[in-house]
Amino acid sequence: MSLNHFDIFGLGACFNLDLQALESRYRKIQSDYHPDRFVTAAATERLQSMQIATQANEAYLTLKKPATRAQYLLELQRIQAVSETNTAMPIDFLMQQMEWREQLEDAKLEKNMEALEALIRTLKTESNQLEADFTEQYDLKKDYTSATDTARKLIFIDKLSSDAKSAIEALD
Amino acid sequence: MALLQISEPGQSAAPHQHKLAVGIDLGTTNSLLATVRSGMSTVLQDEHGHALLPSVVRFLPNGEIVVGHEAQAQQSADPVNTIASVKRFMGRSLHDIADRAHIPYRFVEDAASNKQVQLQTRAGLKTPVEISAEILKALKVRAEHSLGGELTGAVITVPAYFDDAQRQATKDAARLAGVNVLRLLNEPTAAAVAYGLDNNAEGTFVIYDLGGGTFDVSILKLTKGVFEVLATNGDSALGGDDFDHRIYCWVLDEIRDKVRNAGSHIAPLNEEDTRLLLTKARQAKEWLTDNFEAQIVCKLSNGTLVDVTLSATQFVELTQHLVTKTLTPTRKAMRDAGLDIADIKGVVLVGGATRMPQIRHAVEDYFKQTPLTNLDPDKVVALGAAIQANALVGNRSDNDLLLLDVTPLSLGLETMGGLVEKIIPRNSTLPVARAQDFTTYKDGQTAMSIQVVQGERELVADCRSLARFELRGIPPMAAGAARIRVTFQVDADGLLSVTAREQTSGVEAHVVVKPSYGLTEEEITTMLTSSYGSAEADKKSRMLAEARVNAGAIINAVTLALTADSHLISIEEKQVIEAEIARLQALASADDAVAINKGVDALNHATEAFAQARMNASVARALSGKNLEELKL
Repeated sequence: MSLNHFDIFGLGACFNLDLQALESRYRKIQSDYHPDRFVTAAATERLQSMQIATQANEAYLTLKKPATRAQYLLELQRIQAVSETNTAMPIDFLMQQMEWREQLEDAKLEKNMEALEALIRTLKTESNQLEADFTEQYDLKKDYTSATDTARKLIFIDKLSSDAKSAIEALD
Repeated sequence: MALLQISEPGQSAAPHQHKLAVGIDLGTTNSLLATVRSGMSTVLQDEHGHALLPSVVRFLPNGEIVVGHEAQAQQSADPVNTIASVKRFMGRSLHDIADRAHIPYRFVEDAASNKQVQLQTRAGLKTPVEISAEILKALKVRAEHSLGGELTGAVITVPAYFDDAQRQATKDAARLAGVNVLRLLNEPTAAAVAYGLDNNAEGTFVIYDLGGGTFDVSILKLTKGVFEVLATNGDSALGGDDFDHRIYCWVLDEIRDKVRNAGSHIAPLNEEDTRLLLTKARQAKEWLTDNFEAQIVCKLSNGTLVDVTLSATQFVELTQHLVTKTLTPTRKAMRDAGLDIADIKGVVLVGGATRMPQIRHAVEDYFKQTPLTNLDPDKVVALGAAIQANALVGNRSDNDLLLLDVTPLSLGLETMGGLVEKIIPRNSTLPVARAQDFTTYKDGQTAMSIQVVQGERELVADCRSLARFELRGIPPMAAGAARIRVTFQVDADGLLSVTAREQTSGVEAHVVVKPSYGLTEEEITTMLTSSYGSAEADKKSRMLAEARVNAGAIINAVTLALTADSHLISIEEKQVIEAEIARLQALASADDAVAINKGVDALNHATEAFAQARMNASVARALSGKNLEELKL
């Protein structure tokens, strides 16, 4: 059986996803197919249930977050958003990137928790805008070239944001 | 039963015999057990009406072993042979145990058993696993006595923040005690189950669990019987014992000051005095929960009279840093779950140590709400474990609960330079599988050593090593040309297996991780035979009975499945399955357990394609044409 991450939840492959539907369908799949429901079943069925539950966990994790959802949608179009041969970025975004990186490094050196939290908020605002762009480009216009550029920015920002979160954790 | 569930989700399965299953809270200070009786989770008491069994084991001069209250009473008189808080030493080396100078036991580090710590007692060297097994044996006797039959299995709880070495040690102890472990369940998750089902709770809850020796914090989302762990964190070496220890150190300082003022000095304490003072410290701590001051009076063996008074305010000051230490993991868990304080519907306090007012205040200050304490913090873990045990042996119950638990610590492997590459991050929902590609470092490299580690740090040296295995027979290639895919898989029981496969040649190596701290099969066997003598015949008849039960269950399940869904397979396939059923029926009426088990395997094998077809059909059925309303739980 080869169901993609959207199929397994019976959802259409689009970026603008009903997250509540995703969550309730994820729970429904786990309720029905989690290995704990099959403890007294035959070995083959236990294995099957483990495979379904494993994929449901992986799919839920991938689709829940905008950056990984965008990346996965492009994979469905056979596009690798992040790869060694595909690294082009608009110069203004690169400049912006570097500025955020510097902010992060400064905040780390100064052990400035507030600055880190402020950076995370800025990144969140930026991410929201990119998500709106991606919906437009991927879901509506099917402009996968622009969508790939947007996805790459989303992934950058997601990485930066998680670095900022680890920095906060290291300070705590 | 499961096959029936697939074909008709929501319908109840065929009725079958109620199996005896218990939940065991194997605590640092106290242990207890519970079971589900007529739909209610109930704690089982001993013949004196005690629910709690002090986790204290004493080795007597006559070779006898006593556990519980009787052992606890002799703690100060016979400290070296009376072991308390053994949970703190499970799966640990001497080097892992802080403050051992203040613990009145004779630790021995055994190089032969992979540095697992041992304790010198009059009964010889004892591992923490063997001592824990004595506690489990006592609980097993209590269970079988009050339930009137043999136990099918038990869910044993462990701190969520226990690593694999500590979990494996717990499983080994159960095997030694003859207890079949259905699952190790995280303590805060067990508490959430008991609390959630009892209060019909929905929403996001925090479980703050401060036990005798461990601290755990878990965040769970409760939605109609599904308990989803969002994040867990903790400190496996922080608990109520540390608060006792602060008081103990304070008392020592006080007497030293007095003695010094009198122009003399105090000799180092012997083991009896250490134990006596620790006991007095614990009593003072408990007293201060409801009182403004505690008087500590006792006479040491050298005649020194101790008479000091500790005020509640002083106690709060002495332990402020310990209270603060619990808030760091709490904040981490909140961040991992991506939640704000405002998202938390309730905070449930678990563990005897949460009775201390300073803990309640700290939790209240942080979460800006009064913590929930309506369940007995000593019993809630066992009650929850019993509910899960009941579900795992297949006893039907009205509240169809499902636990979605997570990996508490990240799993990864060693790369060049002693660095850790994380494969499965902490707080991943189980079951989980992740793969990552690696390559060779040198030209013509034909083997690769894979070291599996657990922990959050970046250097291998700072993490716990779980296993090491080798992939051999890689075809010689230039450095960086080979593609080695390493797959980590953790099943619902938390068991990790790792596979490494070279992609071009297909050579493969596989290991089911049994941490290097665990006992070897031979060690377990030796311990079992030495403790039970020759119960060989007994074992054989039990094996036969188990094999027959298994065979009956699978025949029943497959027959039902064929009735419902034989249209999914060809007539030939159906005939093969029916022939295997007939063969297994014949085997089950004979007396050869091994042959029966082989027959079960053969039938399982014959039904593989059928099971797959049924699963696919079932998933398709569950998802096709259902609108959101129907799918909502």
